[in-house]
Amino acid sequence: MTQKYTVQGATGEFEVVIGLEVHAQISTQSKLFSGSSTEFGAEPNSQVSLIDAAMPGMLPVPNMECMRQAVRTGMALGAQINKYSRFDRKNYFYADLPQGYQISQLYHPIVGEGEIEVTLDEKDPDSATKKIGVERIHVEQDAGKLMHDQHPTMSYVDLNRCGVALMEIVSKPDMTSPREAGAYVKKLRSILRYVGSCDGNMEQGSMRADVNVSVRRPGEELGTRTETKNVNSIRFLMQVVEIEARRQVDLIEDGGEVVQETRLFDPNRMETRSMRSKEDAHDYRYFPDPDLLPVELDDAFLEECRSSLPELPDEKRLRYENELGLTAYNAAVLTAESETSYWFEELLAQSVERTGKSDKDLAKQCANWLLSELFGALNKLGVTLEESPVSPSQGAELLSLVADGTISGKIAKDVFEIMLETKQGAEQIVEEKSLKQVSDTGAIEAAINDIIAANEDKVAQYRGGNERLLGFFVGQTMKAMQGKANPQIVNEILKKILDN
Amino acid sequence: MTDITELGIAAIRDGVASGEFTAVEVAEAFNSNVAAASALNAFIVETPEIALSMAKSVDDDRAAGKDLGKMAGVPIGMKDLFCTEGTQTTAASNILGGFVPQYESTVSANLWKAGAGMLGKLNLDQFAMGSSNETSAFGNVISPWRISGGNNAPLAPGGSSGGSSTAVSARLCPAATGTDTGGSIRQPAAFTGITGIKPTYGRCSRWGVVAFASSLDQAGPMAHDVRDCAIMLESMAGFDPKDSTSLDLPVPDWEAALNSDLKGKKVGVPREYRMDGTDQDILDSWDQGIAWLKDAGADIVDISLPHTKYALPAYYIIAPAEASSNLSRYDGVRYGMRELPEGANLQDMYAATRSEGFGPEVKRRIMIGTYVLSAGFYDAYYTQAQKVRTLISQDFKAAFQQCDVILAPTTPTASFPLGDKDKDPLSMYLNDVFAVPASMAGLPAMSVPCGLNKDGLPLGLQIIGNMFDEQGVLNAGLAIEERAGFTARPNKWW
Repeated sequence: MTQKYTVQGATGEFEVVIGLEVHAQISTQSKLFSGSSTEFGAEPNSQVSLIDAAMPGMLPVPNMECMRQAVRTGMALGAQINKYSRFDRKNYFYADLPQGYQISQLYHPIVGEGEIEVTLDEKDPDSATKKIGVERIHVEQDAGKLMHDQHPTMSYVDLNRCGVALMEIVSKPDMTSPREAGAYVKKLRSILRYVGSCDGNMEQGSMRADVNVSVRRPGEELGTRTETKNVNSIRFLMQVVEIEARRQVDLIEDGGEVVQETRLFDPNRMETRSMRSKEDAHDYRYFPDPDLLPVELDDAFLEECRSSLPELPDEKRLRYENELGLTAYNAAVLTAESETSYWFEELLAQSVERTGKSDKDLAKQCANWLLSELFGALNKLGVTLEESPVSPSQGAELLSLVADGTISGKIAKDVFEIMLETKQGAEQIVEEKSLKQVSDTGAIEAAINDIIAANEDKVAQYRGGNERLLGFFVGQTMKAMQGKANPQIVNEILKKILDN
Repeated sequence: MTDITELGIAAIRDGVASGEFTAVEVAEAFNSNVAAASALNAFIVETPEIALSMAKSVDDDRAAGKDLGKMAGVPIGMKDLFCTEGTQTTAASNILGGFVPQYESTVSANLWKAGAGMLGKLNLDQFAMGSSNETSAFGNVISPWRISGGNNAPLAPGGSSGGSSTAVSARLCPAATGTDTGGSIRQPAAFTGITGIKPTYGRCSRWGVVAFASSLDQAGPMAHDVRDCAIMLESMAGFDPKDSTSLDLPVPDWEAALNSDLKGKKVGVPREYRMDGTDQDILDSWDQGIAWLKDAGADIVDISLPHTKYALPAYYIIAPAEASSNLSRYDGVRYGMRELPEGANLQDMYAATRSEGFGPEVKRRIMIGTYVLSAGFYDAYYTQAQKVRTLISQDFKAAFQQCDVILAPTTPTASFPLGDKDKDPLSMYLNDVFAVPASMAGLPAMSVPCGLNKDGLPLGLQIIGNMFDEQGVLNAGLAIEERAGFTARPNKWW
């Protein structure tokens, strides 16, 4: 049972209430209302259409693929899908917003209430889970980027991001600790990546969170919240909750009052700072965008969205446990990220194909190899699974050699080392280095006979009842055969000879 | 030979096609009329070379035996709200001073594709906000008409398409584009004795047209007569995937289906349009119109549009609300005017640019729009106005159960002297009281000249049709036109 998270003040304990607005960039080739590319890292202002630059007379045309991805995401969260939604304008002036308004969905979002189940301690498969409510998902335009370091007195504007489609996924204020907030974003990110609606890349800004935090003494009404904008990593998110909760508690205990305001997180100084308070908050003058018709989704569209959804992490985890017989821990780790599960499933499928064995027979071996051998190696190399020098097919080639007895598990480790270094296939390595396991009983028997002849005292001890000496004979035999003897056959023959 | 500049679209098209005259001759003739009419101030930019080169390419096509478009060889005036590639486009505002688009609006591109040529960019009320063409940053447009009996006070050509109405009426061009948000085609057409139609919302793409109020803005032709309007509208209209509100419908051959025989048709006469403040001349012309349509075979039906009186107030909430947002993009950052006082920050630049760049009427509407959308007022104004808008649409829907088209005056008065109403926005806004309901409902509506008032100034009758029924509107318009025999013309004084 996870301990309840509280902030200890001088006058007592405080609970923390957290709500998150996650902005997730929808993975599409082109922007929400224009044909411009959304690719990351292009030259400034090279991906800007007349529409993005808000030239006179330009009109937005919705990219239905963005709506489709938002609907699929909503479905993955078990959320209500609104067949009727509408775009509104959020009006404000800023240099990164050429239209002078952001096209968003205030009054009629495309996705309504849903929920996400998070495991509070991912290291512990038996830890408690909690359902975090999702209030809504709406689709909106991103703004451009201001660059303040290009000129001594002026700021430059890069409109490449301007008009890129975002989903704003608004949670209910259901989280009560940094860990829950972190777990929520991690799980959300995982689902988005499974669905393929967002790449979840927080470093590139594809996913960022506005963090609403308030504190209260147990049993009291909700406190005044602050909103810390644009937090772009899970670690920062957890820090923001901690720092902001502490700041609010200290403020309250010093007789102050929390002001409803937007704040910015400064990770270098580990503090949040006020951006603007409610008094000078914008009046966004939302109203329905008259350039756009309401979005009305028909059943065929919804059916396509639903049928194109992949198996989601929670279903997958249960299937791995129940049908493949994996441990809860392994199933959880393998399904936490879509890449890992896809890699695992490819490895398993190829191994099945190569060996003709069932996936249930091979699943454990594949899971263990992937989680210990491969992850260990990737860790050492400091690369991600996507950058792995070994492909699932190459992994399956290696594991099949073990499964059919061509090499032993121990030799397999050596072969894998060589694969990582040389990028050669396992079969080729085994062939070239003559690492094939010897299963020829004649050769093994001959070696055993030599060893028995040279160690008559030990034979006598064994036969006198010291059965632990079997290990000694196995070791000697393997040594004599340069490790290539099939250990199972060695065991069998040794027992046969010694027990006679 | 006849004076080419007396001809309208159909006659020029046919003359060019038959070889009676060349497109270049036509362009030259109108170019010289334009050049001689600077006193009217109808044009912001004159483009005689463009007119000539477009005409030449029509002549070349004809010589090469190629098929000619619906408007081949017809030079027109382009309201300066349409973005024209390579030619300055300002919406008659300083804030777009010197702006030269790198793109062509869909409507103008369609017209060029049909073989039309461009004589220049026509003056208008700034951002199409106005009913007298007195809000242009490029000065007032002067109507070619004068009150009979020697009073030479300059008159309003109507607005916002005042450059268009003056230019067509004074034969500076055979036709011009207009845009109509709340009467901006019909009212100036009525004031200058020409014909203009605002089609069903969505018929003409808004892509590349400087936006005033997106849910109301609609382009349309202004020309000599009903047939010319039909031809030109066919060339302008059509589905445009670049405008989400564009109608995905084929464009009918309106010209071919013109028919002034109204037997079996019902014409509705809305009792709520008999308003106080309407000139007796106007009321008389309305009665005359009813008689003409009866004569054309139509049955006259008394109809009710009960929410008519709320249309104008609701319009003056919705249109400014949309405008306040649409005009936010004019911020001095990317194009047009930038005012950057010494030491100014971003907010200062916005304020300075917009204070300097927008005219008083535009500022007034931005302020009204900002106010009605602001927190605490939104429901009382904007939401309420949208409800009224729905009721107005329902009024028309019910009316069209009883009739095929509706006949009403276009305006409550004839043209008035410039300076008469510009200090009193409300009386100016009232000019569009008959025009606004059809705009709010997105319906096709046209103004056809029907006679002169006691001062010798033109009057227009308005025909409002059901959704998509431009044909019904054009046919009823034709029936009036044939019976009105309107041939009056301003005496040339410019």
